[in-house]
Amino acid sequence: MRIVCPFCGERELGEFTYLGDAKPVRPAADAGEEAVYDYVYLRDNVAGVMSENWYHGGGCRAWLKVTRNTLTHEISAVEPAAGAGAAKVGA
Amino acid sequence: MAGAQTNRLGNGGLIDRSEPLNFRFDGKTFSGFQGDTLASALIANGVKLVGRSFKYHRPRGILTAGSEEPNALVELRTGARREPNTKATTAELYEGLEAASQNRWPSLRFDVMSVNQLFAPIFVAGFYYKTFMWPAKFWEAIYEPAIRRAAGLGRAAGVADPDHYDKAWAHCDVLIAGSGPAGLAAALAAGRSGARVILCEEDFAFGGRLLSDGGTIDGLPAAEWLSRTLAELAAMPDVRIMTRTTLFGVYDGGTYGALERVNDHLPSPPEHQVRQRMWRIVAKRCVVAAGALERPIVFAGNDTPGVTMASAMRTYVGRYAAAPAKRIALFTNNEDGWRTVETALGAGLQIAAVIDARPDVSPAHRSLASKGGFPVLHGSVTGVDGGKDGVKKIAVSLTGGARAEVEADGLAVSGGWNPAVGLTSYHRGRPKWRDDIAAFVPDGAPPGMVAAGAANGDFGLGICLAQGFAAGAAAAHHAGHNGKAGTAPVADDEAFSLTPLWHVTGKGKAFVDYQHDVTASDIELAQREGFESVEHLKRYTTLGMATDQGKTSNVAGLAIMAAVTGKSIPETGTTIYRPPYVPVAIGAFAGHHRDETFHATRLTPSHHWAAEQGAVFVDTGLWKRAQWYPRAGEKDWLESVTREVKAVRSGVGFCDVSTLGKIDVLGPDAGAFLDRVYINTFSNLAVGKARYGLMLREDGIVYDDGTTSRLAEDHYFLTTTTAKAGLVMQHLEFCRQVLFPELDVQLTSVSDQWAQFSIAGPKTRDLLKEIVDPTEDLSNEGFPFMGAREVALRGGIKARLFRISFSGEMAFEISVPARYGEAMARNLMLAGKPFGVTPYGTEALGVMRIEKGHIAGPELSGTTTAADLGLGKMMSTKKDFIGRVMAGREALAAPDRQVVVGIKPTDRARRLRSGAHIIPKGQTPGPGNDQGYVTSVCFSPTSDQWIGLALVERGRERIGEIVHAHDPIRGEDYDVELCNPVFYDPDGGRQRG
Repeated sequence: MRIVCPFCGERELGEFTYLGDAKPVRPAADAGEEAVYDYVYLRDNVAGVMSENWYHGGGCRAWLKVTRNTLTHEISAVEPAAGAGAAKVGA
Repeated sequence: MAGAQTNRLGNGGLIDRSEPLNFRFDGKTFSGFQGDTLASALIANGVKLVGRSFKYHRPRGILTAGSEEPNALVELRTGARREPNTKATTAELYEGLEAASQNRWPSLRFDVMSVNQLFAPIFVAGFYYKTFMWPAKFWEAIYEPAIRRAAGLGRAAGVADPDHYDKAWAHCDVLIAGSGPAGLAAALAAGRSGARVILCEEDFAFGGRLLSDGGTIDGLPAAEWLSRTLAELAAMPDVRIMTRTTLFGVYDGGTYGALERVNDHLPSPPEHQVRQRMWRIVAKRCVVAAGALERPIVFAGNDTPGVTMASAMRTYVGRYAAAPAKRIALFTNNEDGWRTVETALGAGLQIAAVIDARPDVSPAHRSLASKGGFPVLHGSVTGVDGGKDGVKKIAVSLTGGARAEVEADGLAVSGGWNPAVGLTSYHRGRPKWRDDIAAFVPDGAPPGMVAAGAANGDFGLGICLAQGFAAGAAAAHHAGHNGKAGTAPVADDEAFSLTPLWHVTGKGKAFVDYQHDVTASDIELAQREGFESVEHLKRYTTLGMATDQGKTSNVAGLAIMAAVTGKSIPETGTTIYRPPYVPVAIGAFAGHHRDETFHATRLTPSHHWAAEQGAVFVDTGLWKRAQWYPRAGEKDWLESVTREVKAVRSGVGFCDVSTLGKIDVLGPDAGAFLDRVYINTFSNLAVGKARYGLMLREDGIVYDDGTTSRLAEDHYFLTTTTAKAGLVMQHLEFCRQVLFPELDVQLTSVSDQWAQFSIAGPKTRDLLKEIVDPTEDLSNEGFPFMGAREVALRGGIKARLFRISFSGEMAFEISVPARYGEAMARNLMLAGKPFGVTPYGTEALGVMRIEKGHIAGPELSGTTTAADLGLGKMMSTKKDFIGRVMAGREALAAPDRQVVVGIKPTDRARRLRSGAHIIPKGQTPGPGNDQGYVTSVCFSPTSDQWIGLALVERGRERIGEIVHAHDPIRGEDYDVELCNPVFYDPDGGRQRG
């Protein structure tokens, strides 16, 4: 598998580390235990197109949001995480 | 004296008769020529019997001339290079080659185990499952070893492989598998279009079928066209053509695996060269021109030595000038088989008869038969008389019911052709059935891949060239290259005209899978017993599960299953195709990643100095760390470690701790960021101060710990454990980039930039004063406990000094740029000489941290909470942090959790060992009363006895209780007392002093 890193270009799978579903959002501090439980443990087992967190540890150390089809491994989009890169968001 | 090559034809072939080669098979010396395979050389010497079969130990000969060979498997080479299950049909001959037949004892011609044939009725499909179910102990002790002895394939060398293997990457626009007419035409078109092309050919010569069958292309003899084409391709700078290279797998994103047998054709690789090279090829497009495999017909005695695939027969005759037989019969169900007759007659061999299962034979072939003086029998072969000396008589059942007998010493068989659908099916593509050729053809190939020519089910020479050329041009175009490809090479198409015939019923064993000894009746039995699905059929009978992956057997097996179930072959379906296409040695996958180069090695900045001191090193992840520094006269590690601990506790010592992960956290929000990743607060840490921090995973379990210092308002210097350095960096980057992108903070890994030493002991200040600039105030007031700041060293360079202590002594850690690390170690030795400075290793470091009750890896086990470690109070209640909510869940805050506590044996002389289980005193050990286990132990020079840390249920409430340590692995049982985990200086006066 090959991933096109927005900072480094097309690179081989071995440079990247997979984390998992990029959809769950970390709940606010006051969201309560149920919400955090859901965030930490409950995952959809997607057969099809999925948004995933990948880390380019063998390259620029950016976290990437990769849109991948879990059935075909086809990657349709790669975006940097909101805070990836050197610039402050909104600066 | 090498045997005469009795079956070598007087002329012809692509062998080099000026270069004779001697070789040995089963201890007997033979000769062949450069350009032979082991199989062709054996055939040239009249050898028919080359092995015994897997299950029934039946005599077997050479069936094919390629990598699909199921029978002629040998042990190639001797000693450490001995390689079992090597196909004689692909092993190139070299001077001095040694090979041995497999699976026979005591000799190939007289094999004791062939009595298995008498028991054949019980060796049916599912035999092992049915027979060896009970009793279980018998299986392990008796059946399995006996079966392994009897039914082994070859023997592995049993010693380390002395050769090297390489791994390499390659990138191209168009990758082509196969150099037959379709592959070469594809390469021409793609190359001329300007594409970067890689062509992989499995054989040691380019040309594919052209080498065996010849033909006329563009009005030229095939050999002439071939050499012109290869010359044109060689002249193209962006075209790379590789022999001895098998494309074996297709992976995601246009990545392909290929194995190049760089030096397998030599006795051993030349010095500094690799034996094989594993290629990972990234290609925009791929043209599979891997050809087709001729398939056998299943009939009784079809495994007799001398029964050969018709195409293989003409390869041996045409390419190798080696006659597998002198008087040949052909059994065919298609027109292509007849080409073997033409080749054999052309080489002056005799044709005994042609048995053609089709209703009609072309007039041209009829006249060939009358000219050649041999009969054409309409019917099928029902039996072969021969045995280990090879084919003698062939029984034929004629259409209409009459019987006939043919005397011959070789039988060529053609049941039609199966396109090589492996590569195109590796992404779960299911090949589709084509009635006109009665074969599966590629369908659903991975993105960017097309099949052309015979691999696509189109067998004629003309169409192979046309399809290959078109596929090559299209692939180049898709990859963005549109140069002039010119016109496709032109040739005529041969007739094929096949009437399907899979299985001729008759008396005697009729083999489908030669390598696994699966017969037609095994398949019928599997169906009767309910294993009808092809995936069940495969596993129950082991059809197609041998090292040849059923290349010659799968489709025939499906056809027989289809016949007994009354379904069509496409309804019966195929099993899933999986790489590799040919067996690939594990060594090739490993490449240079073995022995000392298994992984990269990281050396600490003071490594070479430590090695000079005679340090014993320990592997810690990728690092080599000094474990202890033995001195002359010390009898064991314990004596050295004890000396080092005592020296630190009474004087001063130092230890390289550069392996700790080090991260610069910079930016206006650095403090706020650390507050969210640590359970305790860092935003209120004063500049010039250090603080111990603990971070959790989001599920509430402890992740890592370390000290973090604030060097400036917007600059923190964070340390991690050695083991988690990379993972913590990844975690923090995730927090920064994904969870908290609103924070203005940046992270930089500086683990390799700083050499860091721990200097510990009551004389630490005395030593440091010799090193740092005299203007620096190191007094307790000027540099208090947990202070951290930059200092100047004598000579001017800057260092960072941290007053932190892992040992419990008065201690500092000093950081200098990594390039000064070795000099720092030497300077500490020099400056510390008056104070008796002692370098200490990781063992002494560990002893002192256990004495001090500090947690480390064994306690940060991925199951413990902050409270389990006695650090629950560090959890801030005033802020959110990673893991906060989950750490409060019921089970993670339960009062009966196993928590860290100290232990000491009631018998002071006893040695402790980690891993022992803690059981209440007086109870019989068992899972029901297992209350925890010992995590860390050491001999404490300070306490003069063994001490340890343990995770024990409600441990902190049970200080003083005597419990039982149960160690079933070492067979030890003893009592220990639960105690305060801080064995040494519990008030911490020494580290603050």
